[in-house]
Amino acid sequence: MLGRLSFSAIPVDVPILVGTFLGAAIAGLAVLGLITYYGKWGYLWKEWLTSVDHKRLAVMYIVLALVALFRGFADAIMMRTQLALAYAGNPGYLPPHHYDQIFSAHGTIMIFFLAMAFMTGLFNFVVPLQIGARDVAFPFLNNLSFWMTAIAFVLVNVSLFIGEFSQCGWLAYPPLSESQFSPGVGVDYYIWAIQLSGVGTLLTGVNFFVTIVKMRAPGMTWMKMPVFTWTAFCSSILIMVSFPVLTVAVALLGLDRYFGMHFFTNDGGGNQMLYLSLIWSWGHPEVYILVIPAFGVFSEVVPAFSGKPLFGYGTMVYATCSIMVLSFVVWVHHFFTMGAGPDVNAFFGIATMIISIPTGVKLFNWMFTMYKGRVQFHACMYWAVGFMVTFTIGGMTGVMMAIPGADFVLHNSLFLIAHFHNVIIGGVYFGYICGMNFWFPKVMGFKMNEAWGIRAFWFWFVGFYFAFVPLYVLGFDGMTRRMNHYDNPEWHIWLLIAEVGAVLILFGIVCQLTQLYVTIRDRNLPANRDVTGDPWNGRALEWSTSSPPPPYNFAIVPHVHELDAFMHDKENGIDTRCAGGPYAPIHMPKNTAAGFLIGAFSFIFGFAAVWYIWWLAAIGLIGVIGTVIARSANKDIDYYIPADEVARIENEHSRKLMAQAAE
Amino acid sequence: MAHDTTVQTAGHDEHHHESPVVFGFWVYLMTDCIIFGSLFAVFAVLRNQFNGGPSGHELFELSGLGLETALLLVSSITYGFGMIAAHKNEISKVIMWLGVTFLLGLGFVGLELNEFAHMIHEGAGPDRSAFLSAFFTLVSTHGLHVTCGLIWIVTLIVQMMGTTEIPERMMNKLTCLSLFWHFLDIVWICVFTYVYLASMI
Amino acid sequence: MKNKLLARMARLGGLSSALLLAGCEMDVLDPKGPVGDGVKSLIATSTIAMLIVVIPTIILSLAFAWHYRQSNTSAEYLPKWSHSNKVELIIWGVPSLIILFLAVITYQTCHSLDPYKPLEAEATTKPLHVEVVALDWKWLFIYPEQGIATVNQLAIPVNTPVDFVITSDSVMNSFFIPRLGSMIYAMAGMQTQLHLLASEPGDYLGESANYSGRGFSDMKFRTLAVSGDEFNAWVDKVKSSSEQLDGQTYPKLAAPSEANPVEYFAHVEPGLFNAIVAKYNNGMVMDKSTGKMIQVQSAMSDMNMKE
Repeated sequence: MLGRLSFSAIPVDVPILVGTFLGAAIAGLAVLGLITYYGKWGYLWKEWLTSVDHKRLAVMYIVLALVALFRGFADAIMMRTQLALAYAGNPGYLPPHHYDQIFSAHGTIMIFFLAMAFMTGLFNFVVPLQIGARDVAFPFLNNLSFWMTAIAFVLVNVSLFIGEFSQCGWLAYPPLSESQFSPGVGVDYYIWAIQLSGVGTLLTGVNFFVTIVKMRAPGMTWMKMPVFTWTAFCSSILIMVSFPVLTVAVALLGLDRYFGMHFFTNDGGGNQMLYLSLIWSWGHPEVYILVIPAFGVFSEVVPAFSGKPLFGYGTMVYATCSIMVLSFVVWVHHFFTMGAGPDVNAFFGIATMIISIPTGVKLFNWMFTMYKGRVQFHACMYWAVGFMVTFTIGGMTGVMMAIPGADFVLHNSLFLIAHFHNVIIGGVYFGYICGMNFWFPKVMGFKMNEAWGIRAFWFWFVGFYFAFVPLYVLGFDGMTRRMNHYDNPEWHIWLLIAEVGAVLILFGIVCQLTQLYVTIRDRNLPANRDVTGDPWNGRALEWSTSSPPPPYNFAIVPHVHELDAFMHDKENGIDTRCAGGPYAPIHMPKNTAAGFLIGAFSFIFGFAAVWYIWWLAAIGLIGVIGTVIARSANKDIDYYIPADEVARIENEHSRKLMAQAAE
Repeated sequence: MAHDTTVQTAGHDEHHHESPVVFGFWVYLMTDCIIFGSLFAVFAVLRNQFNGGPSGHELFELSGLGLETALLLVSSITYGFGMIAAHKNEISKVIMWLGVTFLLGLGFVGLELNEFAHMIHEGAGPDRSAFLSAFFTLVSTHGLHVTCGLIWIVTLIVQMMGTTEIPERMMNKLTCLSLFWHFLDIVWICVFTYVYLASMI
Repeated sequence: MKNKLLARMARLGGLSSALLLAGCEMDVLDPKGPVGDGVKSLIATSTIAMLIVVIPTIILSLAFAWHYRQSNTSAEYLPKWSHSNKVELIIWGVPSLIILFLAVITYQTCHSLDPYKPLEAEATTKPLHVEVVALDWKWLFIYPEQGIATVNQLAIPVNTPVDFVITSDSVMNSFFIPRLGSMIYAMAGMQTQLHLLASEPGDYLGESANYSGRGFSDMKFRTLAVSGDEFNAWVDKVKSSSEQLDGQTYPKLAAPSEANPVEYFAHVEPGLFNAIVAKYNNGMVMDKSTGKMIQVQSAMSDMNMKE
């Protein structure tokens, strides 16, 4: 009846997990209680959970990403603490069974649910506004994508309290992840979480590709498109090409586990290196999927706070596109040590290095954007300059590892760990947080607190160096990744320093939470309100509408004349908004519960499949298909905002603009 | 100026309504194409890993395959007739042709399941060797797509019953399904040549 | 602001000098063999080449940000300047030249440091052959010429090339002795090769560099690089052990165990290594000299086929 699920699957004997469960339960009940107390369930359901508005979905994505950051960072600091303790015979406080789940979950969560969710949140918020569109091409699918990502994250967290998570690392290399060596449910949780969130990500990629191709405002030719939109475009293409390969790789692993097939098993003619090839031909583009939008953020932020256009727009676009293409021909550099011949290794090594040329060019472009500018040290600029310094170092160590000869001693060492955290924290995370500080007023209508933002930056920046420079050293000292304990006294001091770094980063996160709290507390102070919709003297179209934008974004779709469309209009006295109309009724999609229902049924399906509860899995699957069919039959999916209402909203904003101008 | 913009806006808005669905579905099919491409690559790597078990040469029979292929190819033509009828707004004909397509597709899936059952009965199931794992996965992924197409056909037939005209949204759905159905035909031709014929030569 | 920057620079400087000091004794940067030496000089050359562009980038990012700060109204302000062919030429050109240089040394070192390439030694020294099997969670070393085997201890004579053939009878591992240089994967059903040489006597750490499950952290061995005479004495010591490795005892050894102690086997059944490889390939194994698949004929192969 319950497959392999029984009470013994609930880890009541692990105090850390019991404590975590109690904490999560209390916090969860408190949130639910507060929502009930304030009677906000209806509001939450109607305005948010079922919303197809890209701006609402963006906020939900970023909230999801911050929750994932919390979970992923908790894993990280637990690992650092374990390694600070577990040396010279001391087993530490995390036995391998638990520790191995933690590093697997840390990687999975940080990539799939922090970075991907944050990135999708930024896409959702910025892209339609930047290209002058009223929504994405498929608003309902956008909502569905969110729910698939969210339920996959829930599935990962359920594994904390029911059963276990994968103990095979974030990419679950076979044959370790095959049922012969990992008979438990951990890898199955991993498989279903990846597959379900993969559906969401793939739909996001298709959605934004179509949005950018089809829905740009009139006049916005390709070379007048803002750089962030370009990066979202390249990233969407990478998603569409690489995520299906991930789906195949993980599906085949699942077939091995569920049906005893022999794709990657030791016996039966299976080939484990085939999995490595498949997973990395997704995995390498994946890191560019994440970092290219971060480059896009800096390409918007640096010009805005330097009072100048971006240096070398064309170069930036070509560099982005060449990185996109090159990212597909480098995957073998993740396993130079498998014993391929020297020519194969040389090809992939050199291809990898070539990527550093366009990447380096981008850095110089941002640098020359500041050159002869007027650089305002807003919190965003701290993240941007911190990124330039940190990412340069990360790029250098990346090229070192791209040389096969050097990789033969650095592969899988802590040097590797330091390198990819260097580019993912220093590039991706700094970029996304920078973007959040930059676009927050557009989302909410008030600015983020700067003082706490700068404090958060310093803790993150310094904490990063404390946490990861020791890991570079340890890599040179022969320490490999994923060790649970060690007996080399030379390693201990460096791991203690790294622990200090992790604590500094913790302070950074606390500062970020404080920043959010203070921002919301002081939202009504006149200095914090963004009345004009253009707090930074912005250059692209998103700053031409009000903050927060009306549901339809643009009452009259703007006409683009030049690159940096809004700046061009401001300088030439053109009213981008065409204030005063005439306005026409605006066609809008209706909110729908279908995305939420498909997500909920998918969750049931995934959970049941993990535990072999086949009748429940059937219910989940039928639920998904039924909801899709019902949605397809639903005729009540859109409505019109009357012209009078549009005029009322727009005139109100015009009044505010005039009042502001008069001051 | 303002007047000019409004006209263009209206045009843009119309544009927004009609095209992204079909284009978007086509883009989605390209990602599906990558799934099949990966499965073909996996099959190419594992096609000689028989693990002491039977090879394709010993297993495949051309007669049943020819019938399967014929059913699927004909079903593409009948779907085409359905689309012609849809453009003429002849709903009863559309439903008739979709029904024929459905039966042909069902026949294809039935024959495929029969072939699978036969192979598993002979001890050549997907767990026998890496070659058979790759074979079953590639072919049944295609079969699963056809099955989804069948469910989709039934859904559209039911939705069209009792209506008198084909609105734009339904036309989009029919066009998407048409793309999907022809796409599966193309994939099948690749499966047929690369998996079956190449193994038998 | 300025003070903060200075303080940060000082801190970074401190860290990097600590790094350099520590570098003198770090395993990978203080190699004890020619392979490690080659890798070390490769790392040094490539790092210096990259620093040519990395250091100016970092300094200029900070300098531009500081010099063109809003409060410095004496700095030139060109609000429209966004293109310069001269700058573009430099920012594409310099990194391209450095990558060209690195590409050349990459190609060269891919061949010179190829783990499959036998090492050159004096004509009189015969290379030592060692067969390595990664097990859950220990390393088995088979010396086919000496007819002995050990677990978690590898003895090699100094200044003698060692030809390793590596496989796994479990999940994927990576065979790595940091002081001697390169690593290579150990994979079931496959044979990889590695050629190393110790030029100084010593007791070096050996480990798995690819996570392999629960007992991974203790999957370590000691590498004893000793003189020729000491090596012969060590072989005799192993031969005096009462243990044997054959069809009966191997499955017991191969069963998962954590933090396995050092074990000696005075006698090892010939063809054991090939039998371990062949059991994942229907009894076939690749002959390294011809590259052809051949059937393994060994008492072991029957035993292993059943598993």
